[in-house]
Amino acid sequence: MTEDLLQVRVRNQWWDVWDQFKTHRGAVWGGGFLLFITLFVLLGPYIWQLDATKLDIRNKDLRPFYTALSGTANWTWAHPLGTDNLGRDTLAKLIEGGQVSLSVGWVAMALALVLGTLIGVLAGYFRRLDNLLMRFTDLVLSLPLLPLLLVMMLLFRDQLRAAFGPETGIFILIVVVIGITSWMQTARIVRGDVLALKEREFVLAARSIGTPAYRMIIRHLLPNVMSPIMVSATLGLANAIITESALSFLGLGFPSDYPTWGKLLFDSVDRMADYPERVIWPGLAISLTVLSVNYIGDGLRDALDPRIRGL
Amino acid sequence: MLTFTIRRSLLAIPTLLFIALVIFLLLELAPGDPMSEMPLTIPPEVKEKMRLALGLGQPWYTRFYLWLYQFFVVEPQYWIDALFGTDLAQGAQRIISFQSRSPVFEVIAQRIPQTLWVVGMSYVVGVLIALPIGIISATRQYSWFDNLGTLISMIGFSVPTFFSGVLLIVIFSVNLGWFPSIYDTTLVVDDFSSLMMQIKQMAMPVFVLALYNAAQISRFMRASMLDNLGQDYVRTARAKGMKERVVVLRHVLRNSMIPVVTVIALGVPGVFGGAIITEQVFKVNGLGQLLIIAIHGNDIPMVMTLTFIFAALIVLFNLIADILYGVLDPRIRYD
Amino acid sequence: MTMKTALLGAIATLAAAPMAFADGHIGERGRDGQLSIIYWQAPSILNPYLSGGTKDIEAASMIIEPLGRYDQDGNLVPYLASEIPTVENGGVAADLTSITWHLQPGLVWSDGTPVTSADVVFTANYCMAPDGGCAQLSKFDGVASVEALDDLTVKVTFDAPKPNPYGPFMGGQSPIIQAAQFAECMGAKAPECTDANFGPIGTGPFRVTEFRTNDVIQMEANPNYRDPNKPAFATVTFKGGGDATAAGRAVMETGEFDYAWNMQLAPDVIASMAAAGLGTPVSAFGTLVERIEVNLTDPSPNLPEGERSTIAHPHPALSELAVRTALSMAIDRSLLVEVGYGQAGRPTCNLVPGPAIYASDNTGCLQQDLEGAKALLEGAGWVDSNGDGVREKNGVELRLLYQTSTNAVRQDFQALIKDWWEQIGVGVELRNIDASVFFGGDPGSPDTFQKFYADVEMYANNFDGTDPQAYLAAYRCGGEPKPDSQWQGENINRFCDPAYDALIDELGQTADLNERGRIARLMNDMLTKDSMTIIPLVDRGRVSAHANSLGGVVLNTWDSELWNVADWYRIGE
Repeated sequence: MTEDLLQVRVRNQWWDVWDQFKTHRGAVWGGGFLLFITLFVLLGPYIWQLDATKLDIRNKDLRPFYTALSGTANWTWAHPLGTDNLGRDTLAKLIEGGQVSLSVGWVAMALALVLGTLIGVLAGYFRRLDNLLMRFTDLVLSLPLLPLLLVMMLLFRDQLRAAFGPETGIFILIVVVIGITSWMQTARIVRGDVLALKEREFVLAARSIGTPAYRMIIRHLLPNVMSPIMVSATLGLANAIITESALSFLGLGFPSDYPTWGKLLFDSVDRMADYPERVIWPGLAISLTVLSVNYIGDGLRDALDPRIRGL
Repeated sequence: MLTFTIRRSLLAIPTLLFIALVIFLLLELAPGDPMSEMPLTIPPEVKEKMRLALGLGQPWYTRFYLWLYQFFVVEPQYWIDALFGTDLAQGAQRIISFQSRSPVFEVIAQRIPQTLWVVGMSYVVGVLIALPIGIISATRQYSWFDNLGTLISMIGFSVPTFFSGVLLIVIFSVNLGWFPSIYDTTLVVDDFSSLMMQIKQMAMPVFVLALYNAAQISRFMRASMLDNLGQDYVRTARAKGMKERVVVLRHVLRNSMIPVVTVIALGVPGVFGGAIITEQVFKVNGLGQLLIIAIHGNDIPMVMTLTFIFAALIVLFNLIADILYGVLDPRIRYD
Repeated sequence: MTMKTALLGAIATLAAAPMAFADGHIGERGRDGQLSIIYWQAPSILNPYLSGGTKDIEAASMIIEPLGRYDQDGNLVPYLASEIPTVENGGVAADLTSITWHLQPGLVWSDGTPVTSADVVFTANYCMAPDGGCAQLSKFDGVASVEALDDLTVKVTFDAPKPNPYGPFMGGQSPIIQAAQFAECMGAKAPECTDANFGPIGTGPFRVTEFRTNDVIQMEANPNYRDPNKPAFATVTFKGGGDATAAGRAVMETGEFDYAWNMQLAPDVIASMAAAGLGTPVSAFGTLVERIEVNLTDPSPNLPEGERSTIAHPHPALSELAVRTALSMAIDRSLLVEVGYGQAGRPTCNLVPGPAIYASDNTGCLQQDLEGAKALLEGAGWVDSNGDGVREKNGVELRLLYQTSTNAVRQDFQALIKDWWEQIGVGVELRNIDASVFFGGDPGSPDTFQKFYADVEMYANNFDGTDPQAYLAAYRCGGEPKPDSQWQGENINRFCDPAYDALIDELGQTADLNERGRIARLMNDMLTKDSMTIIPLVDRGRVSAHANSLGGVVLNTWDSELWNVADWYRIGE
């Protein structure tokens, strides 16, 4: 802490957070990769203009360019990562699939997180709500997932489709379905932590000076349950990307010719031994995205913790 | 705490009854039909007669009441009869599966061994690996061990089991031939060679599932430990000259257990629920496979019974978790 | 050729057939040890009368047997009967109102008790009992009575002349069960007999030692099997569960199993498995046709519930023959076969692809003609006037919702066909639905194939045995699924043509085989090439795989695949 005290005082505290964040190597790498993959899926279609659903049956089962090293492979620069069994370009599918997977993943994860945190904090902080909310959590945990999904599809698919059009309607449905079936773990964890936190001295102190409940929650409780929430976020993102691919088998997801990372992976499992690239690329994309979110979460947690930031 | 436990246990009864009702209505509302697996060559009139023979002609509340009666009255009678040789049940109708026309509890009992062997074992292994990894990762944050642990657990969690399971089969069954790709549920373990056989056939599914479980639990363990390591009481304990070991294992660990206990308690009922995809990949045919087949075949009595037992376990283990919070942190009070 | 001579010929060719592949492999029973079979759908029950599922019927066919079966060419072969009754040999009454079966003398059940005509009569009563919910009731359609004339003779009387009297006791769906074992299980009590349903006493080559529902069946050779030298295997493990890929792998790549059923996999996947060299895929053709069904009624969600997809509203585009024909012309069926089925499929333009006498020579659709399809649409007034790539006429855009069940090959087909249809200016939205919902008849679900809330849908269907009468009769006016019938019904397309209905009636009264063939072919053509109500795609064979060390496998699509399991043996050693 050699900086000028005056300057420190006028500095916004978020600059401190950013400074601390920058020193976290994993977080910087993670942020970099996330930026890259986001640009890849957003700008990719402008640079790589092949349509991911375009069939080209004469050029089916092409191998990626690097297999040229083995000499025998059938490959072309027109499809650098190869094509699938119907001649669809793998690179284009990765780009287009990424758009869907990332947007579904982020939104569904955020929804689950908000729901879970809200219910967890309310149940943990207000004793009167605890029983009701936790028994409701038990109920949702016990519902069999598959029939629940089918019922939701039955009730809402056509309405959403009529209101928002086929693609947006299905997007909303998927995100909501994943969100409301995966908040329970977060809620239980947050509640457990809040139960313990609200007996801590600093909370008692804050309460004794008459801090209202909402400020209590925002300023004192939430910052202290950030780290399990960060972990939930990381796991939730992976979970949402994988779950999306499972949904399309129920007729609940996007139409079958709509690529997503999870679906690319699933469709290629049968041909894994002959065409490893078809599982490696989507698998890597999912894993690296989740890994980078994890590191960003780590970095954020460190940066937001004044005890660490002060060091 | 005792009054809390008693009160919560009593509250569990109406909760479970309500859950049973909601599950039943959900299954009623769900599209699907026990006749969906019959070939199209069977004419619709015959299918309608088959539905009636399954009792589907009655209104839902009659069938719900019948299920409740069979679950809470008839089935316990059969168990007592089996234990003491009495004849309380007097041939009353048990809960019968639509698909196999056999009592659902007999099928469930048949499935429990392989589920415990594979899913239960993988959970125990997963927890046993996750706790030390989480603790070491937190105490040596950003060491090579921590980074490796992070990498493996993130891959373990983000690579779906339908892929990792098949990958293991391709490597270890097809190419190397070390392990069987199909689980033999009829294997009786009674000597050393059959035990080796059992271990071989369990190896791959247990590995896949344990990795997945360990990934999740170790992340929560690590995060929670890190939170607590920065607390004032840790500094105080260290200042008092306590050994680092004691600080970590006695003070920090205990205070970090609350989220971990929550996650573990949420996972235990999942053992009973089976692991649907892993069981399918390795043909373990445990409770997960039983449930998914029953759901696909709209075998309502089977789905209802399995999910209800599952719900009861969730309520039970969440109660246990709440009690454990009080043990771990005596300041937490519920009354 | 009359029906009588056809049947005689069938019997003559078949009498010697089971011998053919047994030569050189005769020895004592149980000499070849263990046989391992894997079905990726696990059997739930071994009583075909309580479950129509193929997996259950085929597993049961190793244990309980009918009086006669169909062989791999669709001919009739006696099993428990001493011969197949025909009009010629006097077994079938000249007026076709009764059939008399003679049991082989000296047959015993696996528990050692004799098989008598009382068991056959019991079997019929068991299935026809009210409240029993017998899955095979349609086999007993029109049966007025079943009576035992003596210990070995059973006479089935029909209430009207029956051109095809081989419904009851013929084929894997209708095996004989033991009266003594099932006596207490009639009607409503059927589900209470778990032990009998899981371990029926039979006459087949094997008997059950342990049955775990939806998991595994352990069997051993039946000590009382009628041929003392069969079966060659002493024990059988019949494992169920997983998926087709895993089953194929276990037979062809790891060699853990000897036989895998119904490999519904893309041909390149099967080929790469077979390359491992441990097993061989085998295929055979039956009557299963993958087709696109066209909805002749309007499924628009804007219509009030109860009127969608009903005959009250004809489809705005698909009720035009030109549109349906263009859709068919745009499809390259050979490519579909190459991508989806390989050796187990052949392009077809027929709804009834076999047996030969019923198969029409219609091949007009085999050549893809995109330009012709465009011209046809153009000529019918469907033009793309607003430049969005989709044709329209009178304000109706030619956009179709194309649904099917979830299945990797079907999704590939959807992608290909969507591509072709878009090339001719037809907009396509794809939807795939979980099979348990799609094929379930839940009237509350919008996604069943019967309800048909889509413009076109794709699935496969076939008929049991070799006679297409009931199959073709499904397309009768008024037989369509509709709200009044709880959306049950077999006329999926809502097809209605009085001339067709007249042919259904005529077929029901015609006994002469050639004449039946002519009518059936005519009906087939009316549904396919004349009206394009049904767009047939692929005549789908069955592919199964067996280990190279397993001999005697003859794949049969007309009956259970395991029909001749008694003749299987181990090669080599």
